[in-house]
Amino acid sequence: MKVGVPKEVRRGERRVAATPETVGRLVKLGFEVLVEADAGAGASFRDAEYVAQGATIAGSARQVWQDVDLVLKVQPPEHHPDLDVHEAELLREGGALISFIFPAKNSELIERLAKRKATVLAIDQVPRITRAQKMDALSSMANIAGYRAVIEAASFYGRFFTGQMTAAGKVPPAKVLVIGAGVAGLSAIGAARGLGAIVRAFDTRAEVREQVQSMGAEFLTVSLQEDGSGAGGYAKEMSKEFIAAEMALFALQAKDVDIIITTALIPGRPAPVLITAEMVQSMRQGSVIVDMAAEAGGNCALTQPGQVITEHGVTIIGYVDLPSRLAPTASQLYGSNLTHLLADMGGAKSFHIDLEDEVVRGAIVLQNGELLWPPPRREAPKPVERKERPPTVPPPSHKKADDSAGASLGVIAAALVLLLLAGAFAPPAFVGHLTVFVLSCFIGWQVVWNVTPALHTPLMSVTNAVSGIILVGGMLQISGPTSSPVVILSAIAVLIATINIAGGFLVTQRMLKMFQR
Amino acid sequence: MEISASLITVSYLVAGVLFILSLGGLSAQTTARRGNGFGIVGMLLAVGVTALGHVSSFGLLAAAIAIGAGIGALLASRVAMTAMPELVAVLHSFVGLAAVLVGIASYLGGHAALGPTEQLLHEIEIFVGVFVGALTFTGSIIAFFKLRGTIGSKPLLLPGRHALNAGLVAVCVVLALRYVGAPIDDGLPPLLIMTGIAGFLGIHIVMAIGGADMPVVVSMLNSYSGWAAAAAGFMLSNDLLIITGALVGSSGAILSYIMCRAMNRSFLSVIFGGFGADEGKKPAKPAGEPEGEVTPITAPETAGLLRSAKNVVVVPGYGMAVAHAQYPLFEIAELLRKRGASVRFAIHPVAGRLPGHMNVLLAEAKVPYDIVLEMDEINEDFPETDVVLVIGANDIVNPGALDDTSSPIYGMPVLEVWKAKSTIVMKRSMASGYAGVENPLFFKEGTRMLFGDAKKNVDAILTELRSEGSSAAA
Repeated sequence: MKVGVPKEVRRGERRVAATPETVGRLVKLGFEVLVEADAGAGASFRDAEYVAQGATIAGSARQVWQDVDLVLKVQPPEHHPDLDVHEAELLREGGALISFIFPAKNSELIERLAKRKATVLAIDQVPRITRAQKMDALSSMANIAGYRAVIEAASFYGRFFTGQMTAAGKVPPAKVLVIGAGVAGLSAIGAARGLGAIVRAFDTRAEVREQVQSMGAEFLTVSLQEDGSGAGGYAKEMSKEFIAAEMALFALQAKDVDIIITTALIPGRPAPVLITAEMVQSMRQGSVIVDMAAEAGGNCALTQPGQVITEHGVTIIGYVDLPSRLAPTASQLYGSNLTHLLADMGGAKSFHIDLEDEVVRGAIVLQNGELLWPPPRREAPKPVERKERPPTVPPPSHKKADDSAGASLGVIAAALVLLLLAGAFAPPAFVGHLTVFVLSCFIGWQVVWNVTPALHTPLMSVTNAVSGIILVGGMLQISGPTSSPVVILSAIAVLIATINIAGGFLVTQRMLKMFQR
Repeated sequence: MEISASLITVSYLVAGVLFILSLGGLSAQTTARRGNGFGIVGMLLAVGVTALGHVSSFGLLAAAIAIGAGIGALLASRVAMTAMPELVAVLHSFVGLAAVLVGIASYLGGHAALGPTEQLLHEIEIFVGVFVGALTFTGSIIAFFKLRGTIGSKPLLLPGRHALNAGLVAVCVVLALRYVGAPIDDGLPPLLIMTGIAGFLGIHIVMAIGGADMPVVVSMLNSYSGWAAAAAGFMLSNDLLIITGALVGSSGAILSYIMCRAMNRSFLSVIFGGFGADEGKKPAKPAGEPEGEVTPITAPETAGLLRSAKNVVVVPGYGMAVAHAQYPLFEIAELLRKRGASVRFAIHPVAGRLPGHMNVLLAEAKVPYDIVLEMDEINEDFPETDVVLVIGANDIVNPGALDDTSSPIYGMPVLEVWKAKSTIVMKRSMASGYAGVENPLFFKEGTRMLFGDAKKNVDAILTELRSEGSSAAA
């Protein structure tokens, strides 16, 4: 099975759908890989590196679309500026394509592809379930975008992020507000914390509080109680009262913070406006806003998608290509997502479209030109359920606890009977020894339970030494003519028991010396 | 020189108390050395008093003690800490042998002035003492060879071995009936034959026990050596021997119990069954068959992960001891601690070949004992841990023990390393552990496999961390 990786044609797009490393993995999965010349140039991958991993370099864009069974892309197909033809037309009749598609807003594109009898999987439609996490390209890209947003903010912000005490005086740390604590928001929190800033975060979904706090940020709340968890881990639209309370909070925060990073998106709707022009005006001079929702209209009223503008002394960054600005890493993660998807679909040998597979069913848009999107509604996993841990088998404990309690009762009873028998028949001297023996067992039991497990090996060696006390047994019988077997046996016993005593104590001493705080 | 019987008895009492204090001292590292000192004083007191009170041929005694002490000191100073299990095993065998010799000598020496009941009891005491002694002796020898690797660690399972053991014990009982009450010349052959049979029994029992169960066996033999000493005490009417034997015996029994509990196995199943080799009991590959691929990682990448980690836990297993990786490991821990990361070591009760073996090895590598934690102390901390390094351990970190009811090690408490953000498993290859069980840990999302020799890998990580440290300083 042959896979093609064309060069992306969207202006400013530096990512590529496969890196030399992911090509190597595709080759291992049994795919033949055809890469368009210079496809990886934007992400700093040279053609030679692809070849070294087993790819073939295609001279022309046409070839990489036509000569393959499956095309891997980043951006949805669009008009090819050099060939002056729509990329969908380049796809071989009945060919397959995996890329970002966003079918909800690209119906015209889907029609074009349907005419080519194409099979199309939209990587953006991979359901957000645990099993599909390794193929979740939206999360991969959001993670990168969140990081990059902080880096962009830092480059436009004229001060340190981290507070410093220098000889010349004190520099206060930057305060960063992150609105929306999804994958991108959490990533931004992490990056900003890493640079040393004080980070606050807001999200309508109460469930993310712990995640926010675990990243080291403060979780802001409004006094109103309302949970904004919607389907698939996204937020839903909130009530008027809540929005009013939320806006009041942002207005207050805007006066205090230096950087605002907004990531608020509601699926299928324009992004909510959370930062009004007045709030921007109230911010300190030199502050920075990064609007990660710019493509969907922006969370800030003044955002210009794709541009950086300065209004009221505040820089507003509306880049819509943040992942592409970290092209090598973004390509690597995206390529890995695709590789995982292809591996899941059977690799090259047994590649097939399994509509029973929840992941494939979610992602597939067209099969041989037939529209399969949107997938039939399944019970959408509620976000609360997602957080639940997989049901664990009840902690296995000592199944025999009850038995052994019964058994030990039996043992105690038997011991009592034996003791009584001994009392009835045995001579007094023996009973005396027995008393000593039983009491010693109990003392030993109590004392040894107190020994810390770390010292169990010294415990064994010291008991080795102590049990050398059997030497006394030999000594009691060693006196007599040297030729008598009793004396000889006793002498040998003394000798080996002494080995134990000396060896055991000395090695214990040696070990204990090693234990240092 | 004569000292009174009462003085001897009181001295024995003091010695017994000193032995108890000696074991009691081991409850904490800070008091342990003082405890060992108590033990030495107790032993000197016991030997001195016995010598003054009962011995007339000092030359022979001095010679025997001098030779024995010399050999013992030599062993103690030479033994490598990795070889501690072997030393412990061989010392057990000495106690067993001594008990046999003392028992037979006691029989030959005879006690003319005993009533019939006393005579009977005395003979039974000898018989039991010699039986336990012989069993301990040969069993420990086999354990010694198994631990050294001279004998393979695979359990030797003869057909009908339980019947064989039972039969041998029955023969011993028959011999006992012929032996009691008989005059010395007639009684000696059954006693010696029984000694041989008990010796064979010891060999057979330990041969049938698998390598993973060695900690239990060693503790069990420790216990037996104590009971042998106690039996000798009964036959010689010596309370000090009884006290000491009981102490050692219960100590070994507790250790065996702790080991068994740590593997969720009953004591009997350890003694009577080879682990992972139960005839045809291999679980039918269940739905829980680990699927997916393992993700390898390189030493420099591991160093990178460690560098950015705030919270690191190291889980060592016997593989670390074999590779002698504890020294560079300690240096890694020191480097990371200097950077402000928290580094701790997590010890599973059955890690290594002896209870507490890992602690000794880490202590030898100068790892401070307060960052070496037991399983129960650290298991709850794994979710807050950034990186877990698993070195030469397998079964003790197997999640299947908790959730896979078909797993042969189901129910064994394990270190829950998979709850950490990332887990790096250093392993020679994908082979399964002693228990022969697949480990789903390797296929978990957060797990990275660092294949190759543990020592080389740890050295490589250390070099990487160091070079970074020096370039940062430059």
